[in-house]
Amino acid sequence: MRMSARTQLEQTAWQIRLGIIRAISSNHGGHIGGSLDLAELMAVVYSDFMRVKTEEPRWADRDFMIVSKGHAGPALYATLALKGFFSSDRLENLNKTNNLLPGHCDRNKVPGVDATTGSLGQGLSLACGAALSAKITGRDQRVFCVTGDGESAEGQIWEAAQFAAHYKLDNLIAFLDWNKMQIDGTNDEVMALGDPVAKYQAFGWDACKVNGADVLEIQEAVLRAVETADGKPAMIVLDTVKGQGARCIMEMANNHCIGFPDSLREQVMAELREQGRVLGMEVED
Amino acid sequence: MNRKIRYTGKKPEREVFEIFNSTMRELIEDDPHVIYLDADLMGSLKTQELWRAFPKNVFNTGIQEANMIGVACGMYLNGMKPYVHSFAPFTSRRVFDQVFLSIAYAEKSVRVIGSDAGIMATHNGGTHMCFEDVAMMRTVPEACVVDVSDPVMCAEFLKETKERPGLTFLRMPRRDLPDIYCPGTRFEEGKGMVLREGGDVTLIGCGIMVATCLQAAEALRQEGIEARVIDIVTIKPLDRELVLESAVKTGAVVTAENANVIGGLGSAVTEYLAMERPTRVLRVGIEDTFGRVGVESFLREAYGLTAEHIASEAKRAIALKN
Ligand SMILES: Cc1ncc(C[n+]2csc(CCOP(=O)(O)OP(=O)(O)O)c2C)c(N)n1
Ligand SMILES: [Mg+2]
Repeated sequence: MRMSARTQLEQTAWQIRLGIIRAISSNHGGHIGGSLDLAELMAVVYSDFMRVKTEEPRWADRDFMIVSKGHAGPALYATLALKGFFSSDRLENLNKTNNLLPGHCDRNKVPGVDATTGSLGQGLSLACGAALSAKITGRDQRVFCVTGDGESAEGQIWEAAQFAAHYKLDNLIAFLDWNKMQIDGTNDEVMALGDPVAKYQAFGWDACKVNGADVLEIQEAVLRAVETADGKPAMIVLDTVKGQGARCIMEMANNHCIGFPDSLREQVMAELREQGRVLGMEVED
Repeated sequence: MNRKIRYTGKKPEREVFEIFNSTMRELIEDDPHVIYLDADLMGSLKTQELWRAFPKNVFNTGIQEANMIGVACGMYLNGMKPYVHSFAPFTSRRVFDQVFLSIAYAEKSVRVIGSDAGIMATHNGGTHMCFEDVAMMRTVPEACVVDVSDPVMCAEFLKETKERPGLTFLRMPRRDLPDIYCPGTRFEEGKGMVLREGGDVTLIGCGIMVATCLQAAEALRQEGIEARVIDIVTIKPLDRELVLESAVKTGAVVTAENANVIGGLGSAVTEYLAMERPTRVLRVGIEDTFGRVGVESFLREAYGLTAEHIASEAKRAIALKN
């Protein structure tokens, strides 16, 4: 397995952010905080680990990506566009009435999306089903799944956690976007999650925590999870800041789902241009 | 003109979420046993201030709708009067077993509120757009199922059902619901409201479609057709008397709802009339299909939830009378 270098991955994460902003600003609003903070993860998983065919999105032997926190559709869509599943122009159709790109992940409308999600708490179960099927058929498939910390209040998440350990689904690699925020406030104010690493370990998983803004830390953790065949599912907790990568969004008291006027777009784009300059990337207008 | 009615089609004095806030505040200040539970969607109703103001009455369960229903039931067992809220799909299909068993079958008194039902989920799209909640809740014995049509009605039902035994299910948008009723209007379970008299056809609506029925009736009048307009108020129990009387009086009925016609208001009316007095009933509503993303005006066109469609169905129903 050849692993990408830091700069490459950071460039990809930057491009994904650009796509997220393009999608959400064309819709004048959307779930921005929990989308932006997945850019590094998506860059790493799709650059170095996901075995997919853009010309055959439902290729039977593919790896799966199940975004259980379905409101992060823009992050997945921006990644899929970059990967070549569809033209990046399509990103401007986010939530448009032509139904080409519904805000919540939709497998029937968007090529490359493996699971329709949006009702929180269901995706990890889907991931279990896909992973168990790969075991039954003997296919070498990895199943990736992205959960939210607010979402982890749902009982179904912990039913799936128990299931995955019971069936020894070591081909399942899950992530927790640990941004410590949900809609009504911080996790601690609304429903404290405690220590997610300890919780998943107690459920029989291999669990670790990485800096969710550091591509190499993520890459190393995924590589370890992929290479470990110890009969345990893997949970990689991503220590993130909701909205990370765009300071003006990150600093908002609540950036879960916001209106996105042109003035805000200009502010974010100025930041991204500056980041691009450092990364040797340019924004095409 | 009906003295209870003040429909102008303009923006309401106060939005539903504002009414919800002031009414819940009133209820809690008035009765320390009143409880309001929410599952990380206080932000959508702007109730965080209540949360801070009443730490012994208002609780956030986080994203745990099933647990929230169970907790509400436990609180009822210990003398409390719980109200629970989330988006409509998450207080209906997501938790139907808990609602059915822990609330209804076990004869507890809990008010379940589902906001942004049907097309009012707009930009949240198909995953959040529930058209099936009415059908599900109608099948729960002794339930009261209300599709809120106006802000005054929202306040009234929140207050009036505080001690109502069993399941009370209120579905409502969070905003953009026009004023129909004058403040002080009283509502009764199982009693529809006649909003307009007419002898040619009856339009029976619920929720956001009541105002649309009024618009359709106005358009029909331009063509010399007089429509009786009814807000059914509670889809269950159904005001059978009023439905029967209207069928006898006008001989043709059109129902209008922001829900699947299978199991919804259209079903309730046709089921009853088929047994009692077979009458032509045409149903405007969601034709057994899934939701999708869009703004309200687009979705109304896409699903035929418009005054024009109601009016044309009314004319068709009249033509089919004989
Ligand atoms: C079952 C369910 N309940 C409620 C919601 C509404 N909702 C959408 S996002 C969200 C908060 C999610 O928080 P978290 O999982 O922490 O996501 P993130 O912070 O990563 O955006 C809520 C309550 C939903 N989509 N599904
Ligand atoms: Mg979060």
